[in-house]
Amino acid sequence: MSNPVLSFTPGPERQPARHTHLHMKMLQLKLPSMIALLLWSIVPLGMTLWFSFQHYNLLNPGEKGFVWFENYRFLITDPGLRMAILNTLFLIVWVLVITVGLGIVLAMLFNQAFFGRGIARVLAIAPFFVMPTVSALIWKNLLMHPVNGIISSFMRSLGLQSIDWFSNAPLTAIIIIVAWQWLPFALLVLLTAIQSLDPEQKEAARMDGAGPWAIFLFIILPHLSRAIGVVIMIETIILLTVFAEIFVTTSGGPGFASTNLAFLIYRYAFLEFDVGASSAGGILAILLANIVAIFFLRAVARNLEA
Amino acid sequence: MNKTFYKKLFFTVVAWLAGGLIFFPILWMLLTSFKTEVEAVATPPSLFFRPTLENYVAVRQRADYFRFAGNSIVISVGSTILALAFGVPAAYAMAFFTSRRTKDTLLWMLSTKMLPPVGVLVPIYLLFRDLRLLDTKLGLIIVDAMANLPIVVWTLYAFFKEVPREILEAARMDGAALKDELYYLLLPLSLPGIASTSLLAIILAWNEAFWSLNLTGANAAPLTAFIASFSSPEGLFWAKLSAASSMAIAPILIFGWMSQRQLVRGLTFGAVK
Repeated sequence: MSNPVLSFTPGPERQPARHTHLHMKMLQLKLPSMIALLLWSIVPLGMTLWFSFQHYNLLNPGEKGFVWFENYRFLITDPGLRMAILNTLFLIVWVLVITVGLGIVLAMLFNQAFFGRGIARVLAIAPFFVMPTVSALIWKNLLMHPVNGIISSFMRSLGLQSIDWFSNAPLTAIIIIVAWQWLPFALLVLLTAIQSLDPEQKEAARMDGAGPWAIFLFIILPHLSRAIGVVIMIETIILLTVFAEIFVTTSGGPGFASTNLAFLIYRYAFLEFDVGASSAGGILAILLANIVAIFFLRAVARNLEA
Repeated sequence: MNKTFYKKLFFTVVAWLAGGLIFFPILWMLLTSFKTEVEAVATPPSLFFRPTLENYVAVRQRADYFRFAGNSIVISVGSTILALAFGVPAAYAMAFFTSRRTKDTLLWMLSTKMLPPVGVLVPIYLLFRDLRLLDTKLGLIIVDAMANLPIVVWTLYAFFKEVPREILEAARMDGAALKDELYYLLLPLSLPGIASTSLLAIILAWNEAFWSLNLTGANAAPLTAFIASFSSPEGLFWAKLSAASSMAIAPILIFGWMSQRQLVRGLTFGAVK
């Protein structure tokens, strides 16, 4: 350790200076990202908060002024809002039920040994890579069209009445499309989690006389609980702002039947040019997202080695 | 034939059925893209038909298709390069010189991803209007880069953490400068990680629809927004819609299949490995 060239560790008397130097150098590397993200998140957030207390319509930009909670009061009394919040929750809950439920079943299935597993799995995760506007239009036209869609042809061939999805059950139709897009994500995450299960644990349970149901309930499901939680949290945050699928299929209609919070905010902003009301809605969406985000960040932090 | 063989056969049938059912909408779109417009809307659906390439020719002849595809390429690649330029140094610093604050920094970066885009739609729109970034590729490059930056930093951080410390320490013992350490050691060692991180960022930017629909118009619209323009003429051009859609998703489908494993880590921020 006497030779300073061989040893990278500086002498004890110079340590503080050297340490600060390295520290500064590393800070320089981190700073661009931190500043960029700070600007990207704090500036718009502050503006949304500020606008939400303003009377501000883009059609009437001269009439601007501080109105305290006027926009929030307008929002709460708007019948569209209750509808939009209910639709948002309805969509999130149903997509979660479908994707997590089917995701568990499919993950168990794709964890078995069978012929052509790699290709079958590739087919099953494909929808995740299809851009949202494409999947929405394919479902809307080729599959769910009341006259020419293949689903109605199929139903008619069974002697059933075909459904006019986007007029009579618009939210259900959107739930089906979104669930189809997100099922592969749940499948991939849950499959990854299942594969990390120690096979000896299952073997031991079998030796002790546990049936397949007992193994599923007491070994596989507890092992998956963390992954299920992660899927639920990530999907919730993303599903809170489903937009493109509604934009290209129903435009939120008929009436408010398929308008969710994200689409309502868009409607205020770009169809009514009401910056104030739109921002108040934005703050509401941010608050809802934060409730979920706190739990998610806590789950991630537990797994982070730093 | 023993019991395990039949069990395997059973799972083969069920799993392929499930996979086929999930893939069916995409398959149907592919088939429709090779039909004439008349066959595309035929009831009952025509299963046997003479494949035609006329839709692909028609979509290609609409010269603007390539403009939109070009926009998609420029935006997804550009935003990925920008995100890497910011993200690589930050991830490097945090992975190799971890301090007490690293964990907080990482979590804070992740928390910016929790901000729903619709919550900041109006300010971003107004800022972009005033900065003349509306309907420009540069505007969307910035937005996508910022949206992907936390994911890029997190996945790179995880990859850098896996580079064996001993090699780096040995290099330092030999007196390698920080710059050499970066170029000759770290870059080759973490190239696979950087590659799959880029792939993930490109996929996410390529399929990004919320900002594309709201911030671009005729000039800078990527394919996500272009396809949306097919929604207005109700039920008229299904075969052409299918051909344009197939061309729009093909490259990303292949990229996606290549990066399935990294995807789970990247999108769950290491919470599921």
